[in-house]
This record gives sequence, structure tokens and C-alpha cells, in this order.
Amino acid sequence: MPENLFKLNAKEYILPGTRACQGCGLSLGYRYALKALRENTIVTLPACCLCVLHGIYPSTPVMIPCLNNSFASTAASAAGIVAGLQALNKTDTTVMAVAGDGGTFDMGIQALSGAAERGTDFIYLCYDNEGYMNTGTQRSSATPMGAVTTTTPILTKQQHKKDFIKIMDAHDLPYLATVSPSYPIDLYEKFVKAKKIKGTRYIHMYVPCPPGWGFATKDTIKTGKLAVETGVVVLFEIENGKFRFTGRSKTLAERGNRLPVINYLEKQGRFRKMNIEQLNQQQAWVDGKWQEYIRRAEA
Amino acid sequence: MSNVQIITGNQAAALAAKLCSVEVVAAYPITPQSQLSEILSSYVESGELKAEYVRVEGEHSALTVCISASTVGARVFTATSANGLLYMHEQLHWAAGSRLPIVMCCVNRGVGAPWTIFNDQQDSLAQRDTGWIQLYCRNNQEIIDTVIQAYRIAESVYCPVMVCYDGFVLSHTMMPVDIPDAAGVRAFLPPYQPHTILSPDDPRNLNPVLFPGQRRDSEGVLRDGYMDMRYKLQAALEKASETIRAVNAAFAEAFGRDHGGMLWEYRTDDADLILAGMGSIASEATVAADRLREEGIKAGVVGIRSYRPFPKADVRNAFRNAKGIAIFEKSISYGYEGGLCSDLKAAFYGTAIKAPIHNYIAGLGGRDVKARELAAAAKNSLAGFEKGMVEPQTTWLNTTTG
Amino acid sequence: MEERKDDNISAMGTVAIGEAGKTGDWRSLRPVIDRKKCIPTVKNKPACFLCWLYCPEGVVKAGIEVEIDLEYCKGCGICAEECPPRAISMIREDKSHE
Ligand SMILES: Cc1ncc(C[n+]2csc(CCOP(=O)(O)OP(=O)(O)O)c2C)c(N)n1
Ligand code: SF4
Ligand code: SF4
Ligand code: SF4
Ligand SMILES: [Mg+2]
Repeated sequence: MPENLFKLNAKEYILPGTRACQGCGLSLGYRYALKALRENTIVTLPACCLCVLHGIYPSTPVMIPCLNNSFASTAASAAGIVAGLQALNKTDTTVMAVAGDGGTFDMGIQALSGAAERGTDFIYLCYDNEGYMNTGTQRSSATPMGAVTTTTPILTKQQHKKDFIKIMDAHDLPYLATVSPSYPIDLYEKFVKAKKIKGTRYIHMYVPCPPGWGFATKDTIKTGKLAVETGVVVLFEIENGKFRFTGRSKTLAERGNRLPVINYLEKQGRFRKMNIEQLNQQQAWVDGKWQEYIRRAEA
Repeated sequence: MSNVQIITGNQAAALAAKLCSVEVVAAYPITPQSQLSEILSSYVESGELKAEYVRVEGEHSALTVCISASTVGARVFTATSANGLLYMHEQLHWAAGSRLPIVMCCVNRGVGAPWTIFNDQQDSLAQRDTGWIQLYCRNNQEIIDTVIQAYRIAESVYCPVMVCYDGFVLSHTMMPVDIPDAAGVRAFLPPYQPHTILSPDDPRNLNPVLFPGQRRDSEGVLRDGYMDMRYKLQAALEKASETIRAVNAAFAEAFGRDHGGMLWEYRTDDADLILAGMGSIASEATVAADRLREEGIKAGVVGIRSYRPFPKADVRNAFRNAKGIAIFEKSISYGYEGGLCSDLKAAFYGTAIKAPIHNYIAGLGGRDVKARELAAAAKNSLAGFEKGMVEPQTTWLNTTTG
Repeated sequence: MEERKDDNISAMGTVAIGEAGKTGDWRSLRPVIDRKKCIPTVKNKPACFLCWLYCPEGVVKAGIEVEIDLEYCKGCGICAEECPPRAISMIREDKSHE
């Protein structure tokens, strides 16, 4: 483990004293994403938790230049930065758009699909905390079935999570990867790889969110790991159409020893109202997706 | 040496963008703007214009691309109409609040529902309070010249400029246009110097959340709260009046054409009756004024060129001797009256201008309105004024009402 | 002396530590390292550093003597939870001592 650690860029790009919650999975994941991308990077982002982390005027804790833009506009904003830099012959800078699941699955999907179809040369990072957290934990199309949110307060969310990664995969991207801050080295390596590739690169980061999901702040890493152990989150990358499992998911795929989803769900307050039927549906849904990935890896 | 070509308004706008050496174009087709995005595509593909053309998937993205590209320091251009402009609305505010010198053509068209593809000015009037400068053109010569002026204005005051011209009436109508020469435009328009810093060499966080109150930075400098920053936009737009006049004068000096600074006047010197409007309907009103004069009525026209910033001082001067005023507008503030009418009344408040005002809503969704109809309407107003009619009801011209 | 005005015409924040203040104030539990258990100290060489790896705030300094910047540590408890030999314990902050 230490050898791996020493490969990481030692420099920190986020100064301490940010506005993010205690135990925030996004803070941790973003920390490694920026370490991997290094100085010559421009970020653009919409309203979301990350906008709050980037700070209130006139100060910012983040040592990477950032352009805030409106909620639906993230990928188009990146496309504008890319076009502007291109026009001014400054093409060695990495441009990264970052948005939450709400700003990606819901309102940002049009601009993202458009930018990806045009092959815009940028990294799009969707950090998925499975809800509109910044506005008070409302449901998004990324919220899993059975979760209590402030807009599904009594009956819980009735629909499964949108398989957004499949939508992005359908854009035939040169690079697509899933990451989790519970596995920082896997995350870091994928960003290092993405940085070197041209065209639209999509990275999906699952970020455990203590206040939004209802678990103790100390359990962020454990929660992210349980998501992977149960197959709720699958770590993989697709490079020019070639799928491969990575890290812990690779081991699970080889050994076939996933844990039941209940191990993951029972530890989070948001699933407190889930009934048996929903639990079974959730297990079946996760199993189905897992089989899809296995077939994809074998193909 | 002049280079006169017979071209459409859309061609004039495209030529202007090329002459201004725009570096990033992002546009989405909509009638009657489409031809403009097509012409620019061919300029870029043929290499005539060295620019990045981002063929976005919608207008919200078109303006977003312009915002971000302008932030990194590129000169940008976009154009739209009607529902496309409405779809951009959120980003219009974003562009102005970020103080970016974006130039956009609004090829004016009525908005749905119900659908119309034809001209009125409801689209741009509905964007009045977004912090954009709005300039209205009366013919194709003005379109090419105003777009060129717009970049110099925008890049001087760091505010976006919307150049508005009427769909079909100008966009698709061929007119002789004297094309300014490229070297002259280069001399008139210095390179864009961005005020924004979006560079890895000096990491900044642009357009973040601002508190209601001021806040000190790490060096102890008291920095703006939201309202202080917003006041700067208002101050810039107010100051822009001076810039618009100065740029118009400099343009007249360089190219020999003076389109009026904030407004233009036609036969107003001795006019009792003044017709007013924006864009092509004001141009049409000059023909009406000539007819009225043939009938012995001393009529003149004031064409508002800059709707925002509003030419308060200029209209007070232009209307000072008016005995009656007829305002023709291709838009309405639903539930009240035409926006220009309200603004003129407000500008006259507290002055010696006490002339009665008749507001006409005309030409919505392309409803035909001829010079002789404008003349007849103005004549009718005058008759009313002479009978002591002070505050006539807003009249919908050529419309079945009541 | 007249105060310097904000010369930005649009909002452009600059980099500063403690944007949200001294976030150490947020803590109700404080991480305390038992050097006798901490692997790099015990082995007297760089090792382990999982506390550094997993700290969302980047306030852990990885060295033979691991250090935590308590001015900004938010007290989430992740470091304690993830420390293999359980060398970190979360101790209730005694506000009366401040
Ligand atoms: C056009 C528009 N509609 C709504 C909002 C309000 N809004 C701000 S952030 C947000 C949700 C963000 O959710 P997500 O993208 O998942 O990011 P998170 O807050 O979870 O980090 C919403 C609804 C907005 N800013 N703009
Ligand atoms: S709400 Fe969740 S994602 Fe947002 S800052 Fe807090 S912990 Fe992080
Ligand atoms: S995780 Fe524990 S043992 Fe490892 S370096 Fe940190 S304090 Fe020491
Ligand atoms: S308690 Fe949390 S913030 Fe403090 S050092 Fe440990 S992991 Fe970092
Ligand atoms: Mg979210």
C-alpha cells in the first residue's frame, strides 16, 4: 500500500477550511481528481455542493481556476472554454466540467449529450450523491428506489436509478470510467489516464454523503466500500469500447462473492422505510446490472 | 472606394461578424435567423473566417459557449430569434452579470403560443431587464455598421450587446449595402482585452456565490456583496450611453455614415406631430411622415436606436417641441401598454413636454402594416389631440378587437 | 485613509485558506493519535498513512510522526475509523478549555 501511495502527487489543490460537510465523499474524491490532473487545468461547474466547496466570494480554497455557470449549462460551458482556448492557441490545458447527479442526469443531460456527440475535448466528471443535496436532499433521477428524500418523504422513491452510464456509453466515448473515493488510488489512476486521452472522457464518481444518506460521518469510506462489495457500485473503465473491471470489482467478478445489497442498505437512514418487496426488487436490479457487466467484460 | 453589394440583413450581419474577426461562433438555427448561422458555417468551413464554430444542440448552450469562450478571452458571436432567445434567457443574465462583451444578433420574430415565424419585437423586448445593451436597426446598412460598432461598445464598457433587426422585413430582404473594408474595421476595432482571468497561471473562482453583505478577502480588502456587484452593471449601462454616442461618432468619422447615437430623427426640426418607434417600423414611419407633410401636417419621426440604455436625455431633447406623439410598437407589456410608450412617458415626467401620446401596437406576428396606415393612424391621433383627447387608449392597429 | 474599493467588475475570488473560517470549530470529537500504535512511528519509516489517504480535508501530514492540523480538522472521524491498528481515538472536545 505505501508504495502505491508514494506514486500519488503529494501536492494538495484544496486548502483546508472548506464549506463542505464533515466526512464529505465529494471532498475526498475531488481531492484526488485534482491531484491527478495537476496545475494546468480549468474547471467549470454549476450550482451544486461543489459550487459551495469552491467557496463564497472573495475567497476560494481551490487552487485550480474555476468558472461557475448555470445549472443546465455545465458541458456547454466546458465546450466554450475549449473553443476559446483553441481559438487562442492554448490547447495544452485540461478542461474539466464537474456537476452533481442532478446537474448531469436531469438538467445537464442535453448539454452533455451535445458536447459528447461533438467530441468536445474535455473531461466530464459527474459526482453522484444520489440526490439534490445542495438544495436539501430532494430526489433526483439518480436516487435509488426505496430512498426517503425530502420530495419522497412518505412513500420513498418508487423508480429505479436511471442507468446514466449506459446513456454515456451510447455516445461511443474514447474513455468512460466509474470511481469511488473509497478507492482513491483507482480513482487517481483513472484521472491520470483520462488526462492523456483526447475527446470526451466521462468519469462517474459515486460519493457517499453522510447527511443526505443518513450515516455517521466516520463511515464514508466504509459506505463506499460496501456499495462496491454488494455490486450496487461497479468499478470499471471502458476504453474505446473495451470494457474491463478494475480494483475490488475485478476481484468480485473473478470470485463471484458479492455481498447481498441489504448489507449496504441497512446502514443508511434513507432506506429506513424500504419494504421487503422493494428490497427484493433492488437486489434483482443490482443482479441484472451485474450480469450485464459480466457479459460486457467477456465480450 | 465604396464596395456596394445587394444583400439581405442576415448576410449583412454575417459579413459584419467576419469583418470583426470573431474567434468563436456558437449558434442554433431558428427562422428567420437560420440563414445567418448557415453563412457563418460556410465562412468557417471555407477558411474565410478563422474561428471555432460550435454547432451546439440548443440556444441555452449557444450562449453558454459564448460566455465561457469570452471569459477565456475570445471574441464571440451568436444570433437567434424568438423562442431561441427566450430559451437563452437564463444565460442572458449570466452573460451580463459576468460583464462579458458578447455580441448577439436578435433577428426579431414573434413568440409562441400560438406559433408564428413572422416578425415582431416581443422576443427582444422580453429581455429588456437582463442587463444587455439593445440596439435596433432600420435597414441592412445599419445592421452591418451596428454589429461593428457593437463590438467596440461592448469591449469598452464590458457589457453584452444585442443587435436587433426585424425578421424577414430586413433579414430576408435584399438592399444595397456599402461593405466597410477589412483594414478600416481592423483600425476601428482594437483587439479584445478581457477583464476576466481564467488561467492556470492565476487561479480564480469566477462568478461564485456572493453574500448579501460585503466581505474581506485574505488581504483585508473589503470586497463586494451581491448588490454592490450588481450596481456596477447598472452603472456600466448608464455610462454606455456616452460610449454609444462616441462610437457612433467615431464610426461616422471613419466610414462616413452616421446612424444616430442613441436615436435618430427625421424631419423633427419643425414637427408638431412626432411618430416614434424602433427598427423597421420607425423607418416605415418616415414614409408616413412624408405623406403627412404632403397633406400639410408637420410630421417627423424619432427612431429609438438604443432601447437599453434608454436615451432619456436624447428623447427629452428630440420631443421638446412636439405637440402630439404617436408611438408604434411591435410588442406589448401584456396587461399594460407598449414598453417604449411607458419609457417615453417616464422620460417626459417632470419636463415641459406635455404633449398627448397615443400608443399603437402594430405588426404583431407579421401583421401587415403599411406606411399609409401609419400615416392615417397618426392623423387620427392628431385629430383626437386637437379635440382635447389627452390619454387615448392603446390601439391595436389593423386588428379585430372589442 | 480611504478604504480600497473592490476593483473587480465581475466576481473573481482568489485562493485563501479557511474560506469557511477555522473549521476546527465544527468539531465535537477530536482525533488523538497514540504514537505507540502508529505504524510509521513504530517502524520509524514512511508506512501506512491511511489517515492521510482518506482524510477528506487534506489536513493530515504524513510523516514519521503523523500530524493533524486541528485548526481545520472537522472531526469527521474517518481517520480513526480507517486506521488499521486503531491508533487514533476520537475524544470529546471539552469546550471549556478553549
Ligand atoms: C435552473 C435552476 N433550477 C434549479 C436550481 C436549484 N438548484 C441548485 S443546485 C440544485 C440541485 C443540485 O443537485 P446535484 O446536481 O445533484 O448536486 P448536489 O447538490 O447534490 O451536489 C438545484 C435543484 C438552479 N440553480 N437552477
Ligand atoms: S451534502 Fe453531501 S455531498 Fe454535499 S457537501 Fe455535504 S456531504 Fe458533501
Ligand atoms: S492510519 Fe493510523 S497507523 Fe496509519 S499512519 Fe495513520 S495514524 Fe498511523
Ligand atoms: S477527523 Fe476527519 S477531518 Fe479530522 S483528520 Fe480525521 S479524517 Fe481528517
Ligand atoms: Mg447530487
